[in-house]
Amino acid sequence: MSEQAPHSNPIRDAIAQAIDENPVILFMKGTPDQPRCGFSARTAGALQALGAPFAAVDILPDPRIREELSALSNWPTIPQLFVNGELVGGADIVGEMFESGELAKTLGVEQPEERPVEEPAVGPRPLGIDNRLS
Amino acid sequence: MPTAEDVKARIEATIPGSTADVESQDNVHFSARVVAAAFAGLSRIEQHRLVYAAFEGELGGDIHALQLKTETP
Repeated sequence: MSEQAPHSNPIRDAIAQAIDENPVILFMKGTPDQPRCGFSARTAGALQALGAPFAAVDILPDPRIREELSALSNWPTIPQLFVNGELVGGADIVGEMFESGELAKTLGVEQPEERPVEEPAVGPRPLGIDNRLS
Repeated sequence: MPTAEDVKARIEATIPGSTADVESQDNVHFSARVVAAAFAGLSRIEQHRLVYAAFEGELGGDIHALQLKTETP
């Protein structure tokens, strides 16, 4: 037990460093241009709709990225958006914040003209079948 | 495989006094609206963590996705 260095976790360290160095960073499945999951697509889409620059990390290439990220953030699911080193939320929270204009405020950008506020309030969105993992 | 009823029961047991409306078309992807007085004063992140606590290790596994909306009564 004493042989194990307290800080020999390069993947977790790299994740922490990425969060520290990028004011807006999204951990997602796939890339913003080629998302591999509906929730990741929606979250990246909200950031793109606001024209906010953001760093994106694809967690799929190595399962340890997701494990270490979730251990670090205490958040079980993907995507995860961090702003200024703080976890803002996953797809649901980011979606709510986008619609309310709160996300634009958090990112320090202008909400686009056509705000989706006038959409009729409906119940929970139906589950899409685009969310399956491949 | 958990049903929407199972997920509802788990959430309501984990957060005393909560009410959960859960829908699922395939028992893999779930959508839940949870109303709980316990959410008062918590950030949305913390509210969602309370709900996730009901499914330790199962999110991404048996429960493929849980779409979540949290509210106070």
